[in-house]
Amino acid sequence: MRKGKTSGYVLRITDYALGSQMTEYEAVIGMEVHAELLTQSKMFCACTSDFGGEPNSRTCPVCLGLPGSLPVANKLAVEYVMRAALALNCEINAYSVFHRKNYFYPDMVKNYQISQYDYPIGVNGCIDITVDGITKPIRIRRVHLEEDTGKLIHTGTDESLVDYNRSGVPLMEIVGEADIRSADEAREYLVRLRAILTYLGVNDGKMEEGSLRCEPNISIRQKGTEKFGTKTELKNLNSFRAVYRGIDYEIERQEKALQGGGRIIQETRRWDDLRGVTASMRTKEFEQEYRYFPDPDLVPMNFSEQDIQVQRRALPELPEAKKERFVAEYGIPAYDAEILTNTRAFADFFEETVKLFPDAKTVSNWMMGEFTRLLNAAGIEVTESRIRPKDMAGLLKMISDGVISGKIAKTIFDEMFETGKSPDEIVKARGMTQVTGEAELYPVVDQVIAENPDVVAKIAAGDAKAMGFLVGQIMKYTQGRANPQVVNKLLRERLVQ
Amino acid sequence: MDLSKLTAHELHDMLKARKVSSREITRSVLDRISAVDPQVRAYMTITEEEALKAAQAIDEVIGQGTEIGPLTGIPVAIKDNMCTKGVLTTCSSRILHNYVPPYDATVVQRLACAGAVMVGKTNLDEFAMGSSTENSAFFPTHNPWDLKRVPGGSSGGSAAAVAADEAIVALGSDTGGSIRQPASFCGVVGMKPTYGRVSRYGLVAFASSLDQIGPLTKDVTDTALMLQAVAGKDPMDSTSVDIPVPDLTASLRNDIRGLKIGIPKEFFAQGVRPEVSDAVWKAIELLKSLGADYREIEMPIMEYTLPTYYLLAPSEASSNLARYDGVRYGHRTKHATDVLTMFSKTRDEGFGAEVKQRIMIGTYALSAGYYDAYYLKAQKVRTLVRQAYDEAYKEFDVLISPTAPSVAFGIGEKADDPMEMKLADVCTIPVNMAGIPAISLPCGFHEGLPIGMQIMGKPFDEETILRVAYTFEQNTDHHTKKPNVMRNE
Repeated sequence: MRKGKTSGYVLRITDYALGSQMTEYEAVIGMEVHAELLTQSKMFCACTSDFGGEPNSRTCPVCLGLPGSLPVANKLAVEYVMRAALALNCEINAYSVFHRKNYFYPDMVKNYQISQYDYPIGVNGCIDITVDGITKPIRIRRVHLEEDTGKLIHTGTDESLVDYNRSGVPLMEIVGEADIRSADEAREYLVRLRAILTYLGVNDGKMEEGSLRCEPNISIRQKGTEKFGTKTELKNLNSFRAVYRGIDYEIERQEKALQGGGRIIQETRRWDDLRGVTASMRTKEFEQEYRYFPDPDLVPMNFSEQDIQVQRRALPELPEAKKERFVAEYGIPAYDAEILTNTRAFADFFEETVKLFPDAKTVSNWMMGEFTRLLNAAGIEVTESRIRPKDMAGLLKMISDGVISGKIAKTIFDEMFETGKSPDEIVKARGMTQVTGEAELYPVVDQVIAENPDVVAKIAAGDAKAMGFLVGQIMKYTQGRANPQVVNKLLRERLVQ
Repeated sequence: MDLSKLTAHELHDMLKARKVSSREITRSVLDRISAVDPQVRAYMTITEEEALKAAQAIDEVIGQGTEIGPLTGIPVAIKDNMCTKGVLTTCSSRILHNYVPPYDATVVQRLACAGAVMVGKTNLDEFAMGSSTENSAFFPTHNPWDLKRVPGGSSGGSAAAVAADEAIVALGSDTGGSIRQPASFCGVVGMKPTYGRVSRYGLVAFASSLDQIGPLTKDVTDTALMLQAVAGKDPMDSTSVDIPVPDLTASLRNDIRGLKIGIPKEFFAQGVRPEVSDAVWKAIELLKSLGADYREIEMPIMEYTLPTYYLLAPSEASSNLARYDGVRYGHRTKHATDVLTMFSKTRDEGFGAEVKQRIMIGTYALSAGYYDAYYLKAQKVRTLVRQAYDEAYKEFDVLISPTAPSVAFGIGEKADDPMEMKLADVCTIPVNMAGIPAISLPCGFHEGLPIGMQIMGKPFDEETILRVAYTFEQNTDHHTKKPNVMRNE
């Protein structure tokens, strides 16, 4: 197992305006991440695990925990977790057990959650993160499988309702060691983790919908000391931005408290994204008693070396490997490759486009530029976009063939994004083909020269910049369709005469 | 002829010969229930209307000349801790007094597929916790042999129903002896199959790693027929085992020549009454005369099974019973102002004293700091118990012991002495701990009360214990005796 360094990383938070005479602190952060698995059915029954549905419509005796019902483990969910554990460089426990975690809460149908305890599926993993050019490993303590709970709906009256549609949805928990030292590192860890999970196709990575949730434990300690400070747990972080801001805020809050002679209380705090602050939810002064014991309704899982090999072979190319291959194979900069490989779908889109239009750097520029801009503005993923790789390649080919100008191409791309039409269709329908024929352009050139004698005079006097105005006028008359090179050539011919 | 007094296989022959209809049989059993159940109180719910309707439908099928199975048209009673769709399933607990499941337990479904006709749901000790059926939250069941005595428990309702001819056959559940001990007290045959042989899906859990469903019947043949109908792997129960179920009727042979019987001494100590041990020894000598051989053995680990059981079973129960909180179904307190008091008051009002005691013991045993000393250590003892049986089965085909240390005791007699009550299960608990199969069958009487003999077998070898029990039955007449429930009978 790789041992992560846990100290020696300089933190920007400690550079905050705390005054030079004050104690310097460093943050110690461990992340617990919950990822809903993309299996069709729930963890222990055949109900659909799809998001949504009328309250309590996606339930059965098992996920309602009715008397006499029994769980049967979803084999695919077990395989998904094993794959994730392998991708996170974990060791796989050959013997793995489901435990019951006992506590009373109305969103839990059995008042115990089927989870894993001392025999999780994966242990002792590790992933690398890079922040400000420095790469460091973050160790992963365990990867285990459990069931999700239902959802409480507070009606604002003296009654609360419960929706058990989420009850029993398979949930993977990834517990990281406290190797993270800043909000930047925390965010980067989550970005890498999300990339890996979405590559595996085991999770959709949607933090906003709660299918990927993270709960960091945060404490601070005097720099150079080993002993951990009192930690707080942060909840309700629904985006990468929230993770960054929440942790940053919490570190600063703790520092201010200690500087002011106060103390940190062990508690769970909720991030309020609108107000940009954390607030106490509940204190955790004593350890919760969960009375874990092996679930007698489920048989222990024994994984042979072959079972593990089968899952290892099922692993797709992971982000890090794909990034390196993109640099080597397509000759694009590492920066481009990193962004292109952030999600598997984005990387696939790039590769399919390059197959049809081999100028990789141009494809990369369009994907990181125009395409990303449109996706972000619409708030959708590449998979939800109506643009297909063959259409993007078609558009880029039109530019390189001189059929359309780069400027018009952007307008066409907007329409492709809107309508899903092919660039051919759009160009034809709107008559956007570039005009390169000199015979067609001469009349326009002559007209513009005739209309602007003063500008012509300036050019004659040696003001080369004035030429641009005439080009602009010609583009205006041709609705941008005139080929700028041809226009320049014709203007020069005419004015030199 | 009083049809209710017959066995399933006798009735099957008559049904096949068209000498009788399922409706007539069902009517006869329902009449018997009307006549004696006010005294016996075996039933929690009687499903008369549904039963007659089902019997009618079966008669129509038989009328079309369809081949019928051995349980087609036969009235059956189900212990009230097995889920029955649309029919109250209370576990004899106030907390489920109004609970109607939306699904059938796998065993109920399989019996329905076999054409059996459910006539009702039988009383039990609340959540199957007890050995006398006195822990039912609603009323105690009375022993048909002596109404002042208990029928045993927790499947006391099913055992009493079969003994009093209020059902032809019945299903019970056995966590520490809950089928075999009442079978012994009521003079019927009761079998706990190997753990994993019968699906637990739809059996309201008491202690999941020990619970097993099995038949209570008037003779060994019916036990084989019932087990055949309900046994086998169920995809809904991960702990059910995918081992083919053999043709169990083939093991109903009057032949035990060369059989090797082990007699564990420890099962004859620990407060076993002399009349019981005498009757069992007499039975063993009879088996010897029929060609078997026996030897006494020692299984010293048995001393620890009772205390170990009373850690493991309550531990699992404390977790299994956590779901009864008033949120989704069952009883909900009317006196709650917030969710926590709703939980605690619902449970306080809904559970009886015995259930509460076991929940508290289990909660304690599973708590951090005690887990290793209690739960984990108990599991290790359990492994040793299993090993002791494995060792014994290297030499012997079956082990024989009394089922219970005494005949049925009086209602209220042991109510104030929980330890004495728990000793009633001392011979049956080791079987659940090891997960092996065992049968109890009548082997004699003391002062007009039946005595039961327990035959324990190798895992998944129900065939051998059925063959031994059948052979014994063929050479004795204990199983033919019936109680006089009514003075005028």
